[in-house]
Amino acid sequence: MNRSMIDLWVGVFVAAGFGGLLFLALKVGNLASFSTAKAYQVQANFLNIGGLKVRGPVKSAGVVVGRVTEIRFDTETYKAIVTLDLDSAYQFPRDTSAKILTSGILGEQYIGLEAGGDGVMLKQGDRIRLTQDAVVLENLISQFLFSKAAETKEPAKEPAK
Amino acid sequence: MLIGTLRARLERLGGTVTSSIWRLGFASRFFFYLLLHSGTAMRRFRLTIAQVYFAGVLSLVIILVSGLFVGMVLALQGYETLQRFGASESLGVLVALSLVRELGPVVAGLLFASRAGSAITAEIGLMKATEQISAMEMMAVDPIARVVAPRFWGGVISMPLLAALFSASGIFGGYLVGVQLIGVDAGAFWSQMQAAVDWNHDIMNGVIKSVVFGVAVTWIAVFEGYDAPPTAEGVSRATTRTVVTSSLAILALDFVLTALMFTGGNH
Amino acid sequence: MQQGTEQKDKADGKDSVVDIERVSFAYDASHQVLRDVSLSIPRGSVVGIMGQSGCGKTTLLRVIMGAYLPSAGTARVLGHATGELDHDGLFRMRRRMGMLFQFGALFTDLSIFENVAFPLREHLHLPEELVQDLVMMKLHAVGLRGAAHLMPTELSGGMARRVALARSIALDPQLILYDEPFTGLDPISFGVIVRLIRELNDSLGATSVIVTHDVQEALDVVDYVYFMADGKVIAQGSPDEIRASGEPFVNQFVNGKIEGPVPFHYPAPAYGADLELAS
Repeated sequence: MNRSMIDLWVGVFVAAGFGGLLFLALKVGNLASFSTAKAYQVQANFLNIGGLKVRGPVKSAGVVVGRVTEIRFDTETYKAIVTLDLDSAYQFPRDTSAKILTSGILGEQYIGLEAGGDGVMLKQGDRIRLTQDAVVLENLISQFLFSKAAETKEPAKEPAK
Repeated sequence: MLIGTLRARLERLGGTVTSSIWRLGFASRFFFYLLLHSGTAMRRFRLTIAQVYFAGVLSLVIILVSGLFVGMVLALQGYETLQRFGASESLGVLVALSLVRELGPVVAGLLFASRAGSAITAEIGLMKATEQISAMEMMAVDPIARVVAPRFWGGVISMPLLAALFSASGIFGGYLVGVQLIGVDAGAFWSQMQAAVDWNHDIMNGVIKSVVFGVAVTWIAVFEGYDAPPTAEGVSRATTRTVVTSSLAILALDFVLTALMFTGGNH
Repeated sequence: MQQGTEQKDKADGKDSVVDIERVSFAYDASHQVLRDVSLSIPRGSVVGIMGQSGCGKTTLLRVIMGAYLPSAGTARVLGHATGELDHDGLFRMRRRMGMLFQFGALFTDLSIFENVAFPLREHLHLPEELVQDLVMMKLHAVGLRGAAHLMPTELSGGMARRVALARSIALDPQLILYDEPFTGLDPISFGVIVRLIRELNDSLGATSVIVTHDVQEALDVVDYVYFMADGKVIAQGSPDEIRASGEPFVNQFVNGKIEGPVPFHYPAPAYGADLELAS
């Protein structure tokens, strides 16, 4: 095996290796979609974020428009402060509402934005005022049982815990 | 009588432990010497390139084929379980994350250890046994700089590339079985995968793992070869030791790295 | 047999390339390999160091090479005491030496040409044409110029050793060391190596040290002989003196006698006891 053959094959190998990495980055991972886009940050406060995680998607009308970048707890209001990175290409009115939704039945949780009608748009550092918390299963069950009890006009049963 | 044999056994055990620790110290000193004298391997890059050929290019076939099969099996097994929860469209996610995070670096590392690692150990050991190393020293050429360092860096460069190719090949295999054979929707396969696999968190961590494994395996391979007794039996034992020790090291390091990278942190 | 200062007179007052002064060496506490050895090797001569296997002659060669440092005494080689040299000094000294290993020790992954070119490429920065010329000259000196493109595995033992010899003289060394150069050679290759040792030594103006136990052939080529047994020099002299030596060990060795100071039987209990004969 002479030198030029070795060089050729090593070159092919290294090129293929980087090609594999590129394939993983673009077709497999989410590199192409978001990291280089320009973004602006907004905040939203929730009483309960449920299973929302950092890097979870922010969607509007089902389209991914941003990412959750930070989740903090405010010791004064006892609420969760969620920071969202929104793609600069998408502008939302100031009265947009943010809800924590679940994708599918068992899927991951994400933030859904519903645009309002205000003429002024959200800008860097603004806070979304209308928020809806995540649905917590236990509260749902106790709500259901409570309403069932009220329906049958019986003395209120102890809500199941 | 019993105390005597027990004591003898304990002494032997203690001796094994101390000699292992001594050997680890020797191996570490060897490693730092190797790093310090890597100048030749860098300046005369031809030597290192030749070693990338022997360690990397010649491992391509086994890596690509194994990757393909692993990906195909993942798709088969994964579909089996996922479709019970109606989550069969997440097959792409399952295959990609398993490969990129774990199976790519680990299995490619194990295959690399048995193919390239054992070859490196045998080669260096035989050079030592046939006095080629002594001849080099006699000609005032540092054998560690000339023979060992290029092999080390050749292995370290090859490993991440092989792991990436293993993962890519596996994902392709998963696609072949999942989409073409079983009939999972191609669009869902790729889109869910792209949504779930993160460049920094998953792919780069996988690359970091493969670099760490590459350093560990190649270090063990060159050390065992250099330290092998210059006999046929010595070299063959050293080769076996390389494969066994490298494999254990990969699995142990995988645990440590996974614990550091993929748990805790987020929220 | 003479020793010490009388021996130095014998060397015609030529300066010594190698001076071993009262050197002792042991691998570990239990195994003393060299005991208080003194010898000197005059410039331009071909000196043989002979003895039984395990007498310490190969270890002595490694001490001269600088691979082992004496635990006592001084080894002075090419003007430097090996014990005082640092890593770089040792490497610089070795560039003026050449060594032929027992089975050649050619680099199996390089061609014959590349093997001989190896020391040239590593130490000198010469244009490629000059390297080509030098390698061809060295190969021509050992008669293997036509085999330059072959790989070491394609050569016979004798030819491989000649190539190794060409490699060891690539940098025109002042001191050439031979570790058992005649082992396992057919008579023709044998004769070739013997002739080459003498020719190269004289044409390069170098000094050669041959460690061997091939007595008869070595006695034909060397100028002076040191005889070792059990880590000590027990006899020395010119080849004729050695051949005529009355020293029992030398006599047994030179004439290949079965019985003498070195017994035929390895120490063992009585034969009858091992055969379990009734006493």
